This record gives sequence, C-alpha cells and structure tokens, in this order.
Amino acid sequence: MSTVAETSITLTPEHDARPGATVRSRLQDALPKLVLAPSFAATIVFVYGFILWTIYLSFTNSKTFPSYAITGPRAYQRLWRWTFESDPPSSWYTSITNMGIFGFLYISICLALGLFLAILLDQKIRGEGVLRPIYLYPMALSFIVTGVAWKWFLDPGLGLEQTLHQWGWTSFHFDWIKNKDFVIYTVVIAGVWQASGFIMAMFLAGLRGIDGEILKAAQIDGATTFQLYRRIVIPLLRPIFLSALIVLAHLAIKSYDLVVALTSGGPGGSAWLPSNFMYEYTFKRNEMAVGSASAVIMLMTITAIIVPYLYSELREKPR
Amino acid sequence: MLRKLLIGTALASGVAFAAHAEDVKEVQMLHWWTSGGEAAALNVLKQDLAKEGFAWKDVPVAGGGGDAAMTALKAMVAAGNYPTASQMLGYTVLDYAAAGVMGDLTETAIKEGWDKSVPAALQKFSVYDGKWVAAPVNVHSVNWLWINKAVMDKIGGTEPKTFDDFIALLDKAKAAGVIPLALGGQNWQEATMFDSVVLSTGGPEFYKKAFNDLDEESLKSDTMKKSFDNLAKLVTYVDPNFSGRDWNLATAMVIKGDALVQVMGDWAKGEFNAAKKVPGTDFLCYRFPGTDGSVVYNSDMFGMFNVPEDRKAAQIALATATLSKSFQSAFNVVKGSVPARTDVPDTDFDACGKKGMADLKAANEGGTLFGSLAQGYGAPPAVANAYKDVVSKFVHGQIKTSDEAVTQLVSAIEDAK
Repeated sequence: MSTVAETSITLTPEHDARPGATVRSRLQDALPKLVLAPSFAATIVFVYGFILWTIYLSFTNSKTFPSYAITGPRAYQRLWRWTFESDPPSSWYTSITNMGIFGFLYISICLALGLFLAILLDQKIRGEGVLRPIYLYPMALSFIVTGVAWKWFLDPGLGLEQTLHQWGWTSFHFDWIKNKDFVIYTVVIAGVWQASGFIMAMFLAGLRGIDGEILKAAQIDGATTFQLYRRIVIPLLRPIFLSALIVLAHLAIKSYDLVVALTSGGPGGSAWLPSNFMYEYTFKRNEMAVGSASAVIMLMTITAIIVPYLYSELREKPR
Repeated sequence: MLRKLLIGTALASGVAFAAHAEDVKEVQMLHWWTSGGEAAALNVLKQDLAKEGFAWKDVPVAGGGGDAAMTALKAMVAAGNYPTASQMLGYTVLDYAAAGVMGDLTETAIKEGWDKSVPAALQKFSVYDGKWVAAPVNVHSVNWLWINKAVMDKIGGTEPKTFDDFIALLDKAKAAGVIPLALGGQNWQEATMFDSVVLSTGGPEFYKKAFNDLDEESLKSDTMKKSFDNLAKLVTYVDPNFSGRDWNLATAMVIKGDALVQVMGDWAKGEFNAAKKVPGTDFLCYRFPGTDGSVVYNSDMFGMFNVPEDRKAAQIALATATLSKSFQSAFNVVKGSVPARTDVPDTDFDACGKKGMADLKAANEGGTLFGSLAQGYGAPPAVANAYKDVVSKFVHGQIKTSDEAVTQLVSAIEDAK
C-alpha cells in the first residue's frame, strides 16, 4: 500500500505546486473507497458470488457434497413436476402455496394494522410515550422467542384453549396449530404480532412528517376526517409504504426460524415455507441440487415482485 | 496505519497457524452429546484418553443437535480442516467415505478383533471398501414398547404377543380413561413406529426386502397396505394434541402415567432412568408385538477422518478406547443402548439392557438384524426422508387411504433414489 502512496507523491509535483496538500486531498478522496472496499468485496463474493454458485450447483447432480459436472436441469424438472402435485400435496407444493398465503396475509395485515395503530396513536393521545414502545417491543425479540411463546400460547393442551376450559368455557375450541389446514395461519398470527408494531412506528414517523398546513387547508375546504386520510394522508405516506413493503417482503421470504420454532414443520410438513424446503433438501436430505434449484426459484420470485415495484416507485423521483 | 493493520492481520493468521500445530496430542471431536446423561457417559471416554496422554477437545457446534453438527462438519471438511472424529449416523459415514475423506483403521481393527465382535450388519456402515472408517459406539433398537407398569396393573393388561393383542390392550386403556398411546407427531417418530408396524405385519423377510432392499414389489404389496392400515388403527389411540410433540414429552406422559405405552427406540429408557424409574417395577419394556426375535437397529458411530500422519496416534487411541469393552459397557448403561460388540459382559445392565443385548446377539446370529429406515440405516437420507414424508402425511391426513399411501411411497422412493 505504501508503494502506491509513494508513487503518487513522485507523480504529483508536475501537476501541483503543493505536493503535501495534494497527497492529503487525494487520500481524503480515496478514503471512502478504501473504507468501503472490504465490505464491497465481501458483498460481491458472499452475496453475488454465492448466488452464481448456487445457480451453478442447481444444474449439477450434487448430493451430499457439491459436484461440479453440469448434468442439466433435472432439479428444476423435479420441482416443476412437484409444483402441480396437489393431492396429496408434495412438500414443494405445500411450501409455495404456504408462501403465497403467508406472504399475502403477513404483508397486508401488517401494513393495515400498522397504519391503523399509527393513525390512532397520532391523535395526540395521552401516554403515547408508553404505548408506542409496548407495540414496538415484539420486534426486539428474535423469531425463535416469538415462535416458542406462541407455540405454548396456541397449544390446545397448554395455552389459550386449556386456560379458557379451566375458566369454564369448555366449548371453546382452537387447535389451528395442530391442524394441517390451518397451521400456516398461526404462523401469520405470530408473524403479524411481531412485525406490526415496527410498521406502526414507521407509519407514525411518516405521519409526523406530514406538513400540518396541508391538513389545515383541507379542513378549511371542508374535507371530512375520512377524506383527509383517504385523499391526503395515505397518498403522502407512499414512500413509507414502499419501505415497509420491502422490510416485510424480505422478512416474509426469509421466515424459516418462525416456522421451525412455532410448528417444527407442522403436521406432516404442512407449515413448510420454501426456505424450510431449501434447508431440508440441501442439508438433511443431501439433495443439494434440488435445494439450490429451490433457492434460485425463491430468488427469481422475489426479484419478479420487487424489481417492477421498485422501478415504478423510483422512476417518478426525478419529476 | 494501513501497514499496522496488515501487520496485525499477518500476526493474527500466524497465531492461527501456530494453534494448528498443537493438535498432535489432541482428540478433536465433533458430537452432539451434550445432555446430562450422554455428557456423563462421554466423560468416561475422556478419562480413558487422558490416561494415555491425549487431551480431548470438543469441536464447538452452535445450536446443538445433529443437524447443526452435520452442517458444521460439512463446512469443516469442505475447508480441509478435518476433526479427529465425528459422531455420525449410518449413510453419512458412507457418503464421506465415498468422498475420500475418511481415514483407515483396518490395522487397529484387526489387532482388536472388531470384525469378529461387531455385528455384520453394523460393519456395513463402519467398513467402506474393505477399510474400517468408523468405530460404532452403540446399538439402539427401535422395535420396543415402553409401558407404565402402574397403569398396566390398573387395567389388568398382559404382555401383548400379537398386533391384535396390542389393539385389545390399547382398548382396555381407552376404556379406563388413560391415553392409550403416547406419540409425538413429528415425522421421524411416526416413521420410527411404522418401522415396527411393518416388521410386525410383514415379518422379518418382508421388512428386509421392503425397507433395506427397497424392492418395489414389496413396497406396493398388499402387506404394505395392511401395514398402513395397522398404522391408521394405532393412530386412533393417540390424544388429539399429539401433533408436533417432542419424543421425550411423549415418554414423560408414560412416566407420569398419563399414557399407557410409547413405541420408541431404547433411548427412551434414558428418560426413565433420569426419572429414577426401575425396569420391571415402574415400567416394562417389551418388543413390539410380533417382532420378537428381530431387531431393527440404528447406531451411533464415530467416523474417523483422514487426518495428517502426526495426528493418527490420537485417532487410534480414540478408536481403541471407544470399542474397548469397559467403555462400551459404561457408556451404554447410561445411554440406554446396548454395546456395539457382542462379547461385552451384561453384568452392569438392567433387565431391559440384558434383554436388548441377548436379542442383538440372537438377531445377529439368526440374520434378523435390520437397519431402521426411519433412523437412516435402511437407505440413504434422501430415501429415508421421502419415506418419513409419506408416513407423516398419512398420519396427519394429507394422504387419505392406504392405497394412496403405497402409491406415494413407491413414487417418493423412486424419486429420491
């Protein structure tokens, strides 16, 4: 590194009368790049490099260990076939339908609930300083803690149902977590509980950032409260929606630990998400090619959703 | 500034290399035996090795459990950083051996007479291509019933000899208001029980053909359908809350007398021991009805890696100590399993252990010692997991009939081969 610096010293006098100052300013120019370089390199290798590697592996017949001979898209063919095996459901079919249900409900409920709570908290109520952290706190827990707590709470023999039975409401019945058709909704419940407070905080910040003058002007024009929110506040919160959506979408797609802690896969594997599928096949079933192929499909799906959305949102900026 | 950083980095890596050179008198061991009894049992091995001057070093695994350990092992081996040995199960040993990373213990094996004392069925997994690559630590067997004696006495039950007897016994328990069958609704537990059901329904020959040889005719035969029907019968005796339950919680139900019986491998005995229960007076161990004389096994192995020459002495010491009669006895008394060599005296074992050892010996000699498919000793992991999927989907109702189950089983196994 020092040789580079010396070289630049010997070169500089021709261009500048004050070599010392130039070295310093050049160093200053280069400093951000130097500081960023390690993390940049790490990202290139460990994110993009491994994406390429995963794509490569998905076209081999890697089993326990990676093998490097390309053998064609057999893993994709198998996944494609499994995509349509709905009765009895193949593990892949279960995983992707669960992803659809979970992703849609988790994101939409979190957004709706977060916005609703934020609007309520924004009514200049007393005790906001206490209420806000109460809602926000679940985000500080790891998915494992959330999963285990909700597992106990939802367990019919242990949690809610048992307690209500003891209190005398013996006809109460809530066994979703043990039911193959409903177990995925318990994952939604736990996920929403954890993230909606955080989304609320994001919306609250957005609400606080809205210029009061606009609202006053609207009120003078005779807008009702509903119109105010419908026509002015919510459209103004659009950037927050974008950020919240991106946060939620990536939380949804990487939900692996929640499923494991809450349901340990669910009855007959009925709570699997694609990430569970990927881990199971790559590491427990020694079918690395199939696992890699499923990871590639997950990446492509998220890209297909996020990229057009980002494009349409960010394109309007320069206007 | 930068130069300092570079020097720092160089120094740090230098330290790392230096640490590497101290491995010679050290046994680096990757395992997931961290719970009370198992850790205590391993301590015996540590002390044996310490006497010979070898230090023991656990290879840390974040998260514990077999899956995490196997993931860690994969990373270590991929990086060329072999541990001295690792706890391994079944086909994993063969996978690694095929990848050419396992050591060769044949010399020690011949000297110690392992090939005569270790059951032939186990040698399938500890010997690869004529070379000893792993030291079996124990033999678990899967086809056991664990029964709470107090409950058994209360309902006036006797040892069930056939599957129909078993159903009658479960009916008695149901009538008495106890949960008849304690089951954890996780796929491996359901499949472990199904191993026994198949052995009971089809007999030893059928089990071997279907679950060890993966013979398609057997897999789709009427006997297999009947096995699924029998499994469906058993599942009607579990409590509604069974889905997702851990195996040791199911065992606890039997220990506490909430449930009559659990079908589980003999690691369940460790739970009874830990609860200070005595076989014969507090609990009973019977072979799964209709499977007496056969043993469906799985086994823990210490896979031995191809370590550099200077670390071989430590490895040989570990392997020798592992298969020594004293360790085999001491360890397995605690673990609930039986020794991996058939010439260990059974004096220290309890009644269940003695029966297990006698059964193993008989099964070994009679050719009725079979690998458990659910535990990964019947077929490679891909097949074993496909099998677990089908059984679990059948138990939980995604697969509705035994006809469908059999079709699914055949295609899932075909897919995974």
